[in-house]
Amino acid sequence: MTFAVVVFPGSNCDHDAYHAAKHVLGQQARFVWHKETSLGDADVVILPGGFSHGDYLRTGAIARFSPVMAAVREFAGAGRPVLGICNGFQILLECGLLPGAMLRNRDLKFHCEHVHVRVERTDTPFTSLCSPGQVLKVPIAHGEGNYFAPPETIDQLEKQHRVLFRYCTPSGAVTDQANPNGSLNGIAGICSEGRNVVGLMPHPERACELSVGSADGLVMFESAVHAMSRAGALQAVAR
Amino acid sequence: MKARVFVTLKPSVFDPQGHTIVEALHSLGYGDVSDVRQGKFFEIDLAVKDQAAAEKLAAEVADRVLANPVIESFKVELTKAGAQ
Amino acid sequence: MSGIDQAVLDRHGIKDDEYERIVSLMGRTPNLTELGLFSVMWSEHCSYKSSRVHLKTLPTEGPRVVQGPGENAGAVDIGDGLAAVFKIESHNHPSFIEPYQGAATGVGGIIRDIFTMGARPIALLDALRFGPLSESQNRRILQGVVSGIGGYGNSIGIPTVGGEVMFDETYSGNPLVNVFCLGIAKHDALVKGKASGVGNPIYYVGAKTGRDGIHGATMASAEFDEKSAEKRPAVQVGDPFMEKLLLEACLEVMATDACVGVQDMGAAGLTCATSETGSRGGVGVEIDVALVPQRETGMTPYEIMLSESQERMLLIVKRGREAEVERIFEKWDLHAVKIGEVQDGDRLRIRHNGALVADVPNRALTDEAPLYRRPFQAPPNRAELAAIPATARGTQPSPRESFLSLLGSPTIASKRWIFQQYDYMVRTNTIALAGAGAGVVRVKGTSRALAMSVDGNGRFVLLDPRQGAKLALAEAARNVACAGGLPLGGTNCLNFGNPERPEIMWQFAEAVAGLGEACRALDIPITGGNVSLYNETDGKAILPTPVIGVVGVIEDASRLTLRAFPESALDIVLLGDNLGELGGSEYLKTIHGLVRGVPPALDLARERSLLQLLVGLSADGAVRSAHDCAEGGFAVTLAECCFENGGVGAKVDIPSASSDGGIDRLAATLFGESASRVIVSVEPSKTAAVLAKAAGAGIPAARIGTTGGAIIEIAIDGTAAISCQLSEAEARWATALAAALAHRAA
Repeated sequence: MTFAVVVFPGSNCDHDAYHAAKHVLGQQARFVWHKETSLGDADVVILPGGFSHGDYLRTGAIARFSPVMAAVREFAGAGRPVLGICNGFQILLECGLLPGAMLRNRDLKFHCEHVHVRVERTDTPFTSLCSPGQVLKVPIAHGEGNYFAPPETIDQLEKQHRVLFRYCTPSGAVTDQANPNGSLNGIAGICSEGRNVVGLMPHPERACELSVGSADGLVMFESAVHAMSRAGALQAVAR
Repeated sequence: MKARVFVTLKPSVFDPQGHTIVEALHSLGYGDVSDVRQGKFFEIDLAVKDQAAAEKLAAEVADRVLANPVIESFKVELTKAGAQ
Repeated sequence: MSGIDQAVLDRHGIKDDEYERIVSLMGRTPNLTELGLFSVMWSEHCSYKSSRVHLKTLPTEGPRVVQGPGENAGAVDIGDGLAAVFKIESHNHPSFIEPYQGAATGVGGIIRDIFTMGARPIALLDALRFGPLSESQNRRILQGVVSGIGGYGNSIGIPTVGGEVMFDETYSGNPLVNVFCLGIAKHDALVKGKASGVGNPIYYVGAKTGRDGIHGATMASAEFDEKSAEKRPAVQVGDPFMEKLLLEACLEVMATDACVGVQDMGAAGLTCATSETGSRGGVGVEIDVALVPQRETGMTPYEIMLSESQERMLLIVKRGREAEVERIFEKWDLHAVKIGEVQDGDRLRIRHNGALVADVPNRALTDEAPLYRRPFQAPPNRAELAAIPATARGTQPSPRESFLSLLGSPTIASKRWIFQQYDYMVRTNTIALAGAGAGVVRVKGTSRALAMSVDGNGRFVLLDPRQGAKLALAEAARNVACAGGLPLGGTNCLNFGNPERPEIMWQFAEAVAGLGEACRALDIPITGGNVSLYNETDGKAILPTPVIGVVGVIEDASRLTLRAFPESALDIVLLGDNLGELGGSEYLKTIHGLVRGVPPALDLARERSLLQLLVGLSADGAVRSAHDCAEGGFAVTLAECCFENGGVGAKVDIPSASSDGGIDRLAATLFGESASRVIVSVEPSKTAAVLAKAAGAGIPAARIGTTGGAIIEIAIDGTAAISCQLSEAEARWATALAAALAHRAA
């Protein structure tokens, strides 16, 4: 199982995603430079957090034009798993692989803190080992995590059950107070219509070891491995 | 030619920066300022002499890169290079 | 004619005797460009001319020192062939002029000092000083500085894992922004800032050069007056994205062995980088400034040499390896341009399109800079400062009232409003989350962690500079030891007023003497640092503020000891003696508006013993938490142990202090700031062993109470003194800073 972590100029959390996949989970992992045009033998693609291109112009606005994104688009189109974390989520929004946009946090301040999110759906490669309604303690670190989309888009997301994570209290209540940035409907993460492209603002790769404050994020990586091995097993059966 | 591109948030999008600026202006006594929306302004030098072509190029650049059509709209103004 | 007259010399900050020295070293009159080179290299900020004679007395050697002062940063061995590379630097004057960019470029500058040595930066700390938040100017400066630190640090992806903030009137108009950075490198991969090898190409890489920051070094060497607002153009704008690219590309280049030397361009830009690398290597350097990538037109050689444009590096590359180096920088979309070559001899030769425009002996700019033995004299008001006025002896507010006032004072209150704007978790190494005492990061690939702290109580230094400096080092070391870190080395940022005033120079000389004495007694060598002088406006100086950064190693990261009580029903043990010393205390300042008295005593032998005890207790897993007593004394420290821990309070009974601190015994007992004291929590089954260990180390220790409950209860000799709901105390502490910034009553 190979995790490919795309590195854009200005990505910072690439090392953290790599560490989680390789050293914590024990899977294969490698970096893919943004100028490469092939993802090679990747089974899962991660667009990591950071400040690609300094967040200049808009977060993710320039990275989405990187040569590697054509390969990412193709990978996603083939139904394979893509995870966009924080800046990675912003890049997926800018290139249209996920709908909506990010605004500045409503209090105009950068927030670095642990928050709680409720898992709304377990039918994606990154939440398949979660239980519905499970509460995860994960860190956020962003200045522009205020998710916005026009009302029709929000409606569609909700109707199609494509909201995967919502900010909540430790006991799982989705309240305005638990919402750190003003995101509509407390949305912390969503998925594509094919359910294989997932984007979220919190950092699960920063919550894979108790020593750094929480290990609740590991289940997302484990889910990817589980989903892939099931897919592999099903393919074998189908043959 | 020079193009000036004004990018602003769509009216439906809440603008916390503009809101904060209004509050600050009010606290300074500018009660007559009723609203402020913060946007972005780009000055672009185009190596294109034809007005129509310049307008098309500027609009394409604005639509594809400078503005995010989900939340922003834009306006393009052209001036001859050298003019103010 | 070189066109140099008195007005030109004044503009360049060059005194008459300095000019004579220049002429003598050059063997002729300098031209304007050459004068410019001297003006920046001989500025206080670059040459340390007022401070070098004193700094030379600091201990800089030790068995774990891998690199002492003299390079871009210092380094200590942390085991497994790895070194921790670290330094602290100031960006005070620019942060007053333009708070966001002043602070941002301060962060950028210190980060470059670390990666220029071949080390990947993994942690930042900052020590900030501001005037009272009741003034809008100070609120604006604090917000700008915090935004700037966050804006730069977050973008480049290096976590700010701790720091400290203190407030005092003397910092209005002269805020202090000291930034500390630490990185990791293999010993044998450390790169020096030295040019060598005649014929080796000299490369310039990074951002284009513009006119920003010209004479930044001279600005940092002068006081502010009403004309200061006009100095705005001298503040540079930082580009953290460019620096991130530079950092990754440079580390990639340095991992090959294609470079013989690397230096960043900071204060005095290209002038400093070329003359210092040449001097260190004992070689000549010749460059053609027309080859320097420029972002403005018509720049003169003078401007190009003095520019302080950010995010630029100088690399001395092995001849023959140019293509390799250029390819790596190309990958990161950076300009790497050959601008010159290492020469035989010892001169710095600047050409412009081939024509020689400046030719000076390297060492004249660096080692031969003036060395001043400035006169110093104790101020006449020492006796007055040492006495606590009778007015303070009247009726005190109730202990409970004073307790809450102290918790709500911005110097003591929670700094969460600040550090939550910093990404303190990026790189997943932070194991002691910010606000918890020393900042601690694990070292991946080993079982170790590094603990670090910056401290420097200016009030103590004002009242007795020698003693205050000792206390600053001791506090930083104690913070590190509380986390379980064995202190390995220190770095100092010495912030003082105008050294041409004998009383200020006396403060400086005394502080350095005290620092040296404490470093020797505690076995903590100084590996490098920074001096910032002329921190005064209209003749009024800041509190003399030596900020000391200490780095320690925790051999087993899983033994990290935090400061908050982790659960109920633990024993609370107090290590150390309460001498009830209120001199220079936060109590005296907050409740009585005074900075008076003598700072607490410090028994360095006992402190040394205490540090070793703390490291041992942590390594053995014998204590569940450890927090040292500092501002606000025992009561505030105890409260801090009860905050952000899930609601675990405390009930203690402590003996009365041995003195009334010149004011009131109750206040002295609760809020006195005697040194060498630590509050630890212990499993009841281990308390006897802990007490025995302390006794064996010669540290007074006593069990004073238990953790738990929803109340903070402090009794003195059996009589209740403070009883406060934990929620009330914590709310006061948690909201005070935000309230002060919104300028509303808490």
